[in-house]
Order: sequence, then structure tokens, then C-alpha cells
Amino acid sequence: MAETRLRPTLDVDSLRSEFPVLDREAHPGVPLIYLDSAATSQKPRAVIDAMSRFYEQTNANIHRGVHRLAEEATAAFEDARGEAARFVGAPSPRTIVFTRNTTEAINLVARSWGGANLKQGDVVVLTEMEHHSNLVPWQMLAAERGLRLEFIPVTPEGRLDLAALPQLLGLRPRLVALAHMSNMLGTINPVAEIARQAHQAGALVLIDAAQSVPHMKVDVGQLGADFLAFSAHKMCGPTGIGVLFARAELLEAMPPFLGGGDMIKRVELRSFVANDVPYKFEAGTPAIAEAIGLGAAIHFLDHVGLDSVHAHEQLLAAHAIDRLEEVPGVKVYGPPAEERGGVVAFTLEGIHPHDIAQLLDSEGVAVRAGHHCAMPVHQKFGIPASTRASFYLYNTLGEIDRLVEGLYGVKKRFA
Amino acid sequence: MDDLYREQIIDHYKSPRKRGTLDPHDYSYEDDNPLCGDRIRIDVRVDGQDRITEAAFSGTGCAISQASADLLMESVVGKSLDEVKALSKDDILEMLGIELGPVRLKCALLSLKVLKAGVYGIESLEQELA
Repeated sequence: MAETRLRPTLDVDSLRSEFPVLDREAHPGVPLIYLDSAATSQKPRAVIDAMSRFYEQTNANIHRGVHRLAEEATAAFEDARGEAARFVGAPSPRTIVFTRNTTEAINLVARSWGGANLKQGDVVVLTEMEHHSNLVPWQMLAAERGLRLEFIPVTPEGRLDLAALPQLLGLRPRLVALAHMSNMLGTINPVAEIARQAHQAGALVLIDAAQSVPHMKVDVGQLGADFLAFSAHKMCGPTGIGVLFARAELLEAMPPFLGGGDMIKRVELRSFVANDVPYKFEAGTPAIAEAIGLGAAIHFLDHVGLDSVHAHEQLLAAHAIDRLEEVPGVKVYGPPAEERGGVVAFTLEGIHPHDIAQLLDSEGVAVRAGHHCAMPVHQKFGIPASTRASFYLYNTLGEIDRLVEGLYGVKKRFA
Repeated sequence: MDDLYREQIIDHYKSPRKRGTLDPHDYSYEDDNPLCGDRIRIDVRVDGQDRITEAAFSGTGCAISQASADLLMESVVGKSLDEVKALSKDDILEMLGIELGPVRLKCALLSLKVLKAGVYGIESLEQELA
């Protein structure tokens, strides 16, 4: 079977040279091994340069100005919107709303669509493996409106229990909102199939694609997404900008989210007329340089090829699971590598994840320790926290070996 | 590897002297470190002069938080509640004998925060530990 396993098709050495931060040392004399890309990815020079170039050569506010710089800035900003639309197979740039991040995109849906459409007793189906960003907005709305939240269970293997789906859909939910890929278990969920069944039951589908869009080809049409959210900073882009895709007719019918400049057509002292989509959801000066950075990140990922990225990360995940499981006391959570992206969370018996992460840091290995903003799924597995290594296109098999060597060192320190 | 993990800290983590709960107790309080979901409970008994006669901690956490809880429990036995109130961040760091960054400082100070909240109420605490 090993021969048929996906081979890395990335020239990782040459890719690494495009990420300036990977040249630094974690501590004097200790090279950096960055295994925390699920939290935020590193940024290639092309993205950093695109943003600097905007500030050095173009900087102006968008949409209102008629001067040369404003026109160039507006064009660049709207180009980025078009790139984002194309990148996820959205039918039109009009279906792309820029937000601060995935969290804000989901809050936008909860406040605007949910606020206008959900009433007491309505059912929203989530899953037990959601990030807090796809739990808390619905909990907040549920508390205000008297909504009923139901959850697709997670199996001990770290998969969604699809056997429970028909019964949940029998409750006639208005919305099914779920992660495309778990940020703790690494599981890639069969969202297209879930969306198909949800639509048959009359529900809309929101996909939290924060962990999938950076790492694999995502097409909103193929997935059957009514709403889909992701963040630039996990896909080689800057912090401060995220994307909400929503079907045009949904956006048209949804009330504005935040009020202010740019989201209006006209304003009188006591009333306003909202702007067209998507602008009616983008109040105030947006993150212009960041949108341009996102556009550059998309170019970069297109150039690398997302299929190669995904294959590379599955190879890394498979190697990580194999090597971690040979360390006595280590337990890896989640499904086999073929069913996941480049995220591997584990515990080491008797040693707290914070201590593991701290000791690994002294070896230059950057991992995440804690609940990774997914406390319920940790509770599900009976652990308060885990240590998570997450990979991207710039990571190597050798770095995973360093992680495992580091773990042996941790065990020695606690022996 | 890291200097934080001195033998004394590992020792108190692996073989805590003051782990457990006290029943009955005069004061008990429990709180989370929201950073990691760790939870610490502290139980205290006092005599007629408000002097601590017994103290114990329970819950989960990293070596830094557990060792600092254990050291703190040891050190407060025999102290008056007023003396407990006077304990500061620096006292904890001195007990641990290490320097800590802002993130791990929270782990180290969790037990002091819980102890003070239990004994005096949580008000003014954030400010005091800031």
C-alpha cells in the first residue's frame, strides 16, 4: 500500500525560501520548526511585498474617491474580491463579502440571516467538533430567540456520526452549520453529502471552511454551500481579512449587519437606504491592504497547486501519526491520515500539553497546546487539552522527526 | 531543555504534598485558566484567629500551575489571612525560582488567584495581580 500512497509533488526547499520568517532561529542557535499553521500560516514574500507595495505606491481609501490613487485602490480591492470568488468557485464577486475573519463571517450570518429568519423553537444543527466560532454565535442567538441547538455526534474515531443525521434532519432544522475540516481532529467532513441531505430536509447549509480553503480545492457549488466562511491568515495571507460567500438571493434578502459608511446608498437624518450586495455588509473603511494581500496569497496558492498541497499534507499527517504512535504514552486523536488534513492532535500520558509545548519550544518546535478553541470536542474525548502539530506546504518529514525527538526529550525531563 | 522545568518543579508536579480536598473546610473556591481550560480548586481551614491550619488543591493543570499550587499550599499553612492577602506575584515567582513570560505567568498565578478569591472575594484581584 505504501507505494500507492500520495507522493509529495512540492519542491518544499524552494517553497521554504519564499517564506522569510522560516529563515529565523527560534532561539539563538536553534532553528525554527513551525508546526502551528492551523492557528495561522506563515506569509510568503509575495504577500508581504504586495501589501507593502500598496502602501508605498497606491494607498487611498476605496469607492468614494475619484482621484487616481482612489481608483487604483478600488480596482485592486475589487480584483481581490474577484480572485476570492474564483478561488472557491463562487458564481460572482457579488457573492463575496469581506469580513475580518471566519468568526465575523459566521456572526454576520447569525445576526443578519438568523436575526431575520430564526424564531423561537427553530432548530439549528451543528456538530460536536465545531470551533468556538461556529458554536458561540449560535448559542448567543439561541439564548435571545429561544432556538433549539442540536449536534451531529462525533464517533470515537473522530468522524461525524452520519447515522444520526436523518433523525436530526427530521427535526426540520432551518440551518445546518458545520466545519469542513476539524481544527482539532483534522477530520475532513463529507460536507457535500451532508449538504445534500440537509437541503432535502429544507435546511440551509453553512460551511466553516477556515481549515479547508487554505489546504485543498474547495468549490461552493460542489459542496452545496449556501454560506461558506474562511480567513486569509490561515492561507498565506494577512490577518484582519476574511471572506463570507453566500448565495446571491440570500444576500439580497438579508438585512445589513453593521451600519455606517459605504454600506448605504443614501442617508437622511432618520433613515437610510442600504447599498447593493455585497457592499451593504461592509460598513466603514475595510482592510484594503489586507484584501490585496489575500489576492496575492490566492495567486501564490494557485501557483503552488492546492492538490499538491493537500497530497503533501496528507503525507506529513501519515508520517506524523506513525511516528507519534511509536512514542510510549502518546495518544493521537482523529481518523486515519487519508481522511484528514495536516492537523495531528495528541496527548502524552502524565504530561500536560502546556509543558510539552514549552519544552518543545526550547528545541525550536512551535506547536499549539490547549483546547484550540474547541473545548467541547476535547470534553468529548475526556481531555482538558491536547498538543497539536499542524502542517502546511513548507513543512518537511524531517521537521516531524524533530518533533518526535523533542517528545522523547520531554519524557526524559519528566521521567 | 528549558530552565523552567527545574527538578523542584517536576518533583512538586509528580509528587504533590498538598493535593486533595478538605471536608469540612472554611473556604473553598474554584476557577479556570481560560487559556487552557485548566481548573484549580483550593480548600482552606482556619483556626479561631483566622490562621490557616490546612490547605489543599485539586484539579488539573500543567507542571507550572500544579507545582506553584503545591508550593503555595505548603507556604500558607500557619499564615494569617491578612498575610495571604499580602502575597504577590513576586512571592510566587520566588517560590518557583524561575522567570516566566506573560502566558505562563497566568499558569503560575492561577492558584494564588483562586486562593485569594476564595478567602477575600474576587473583587480587586485582577488589578492586584496585573
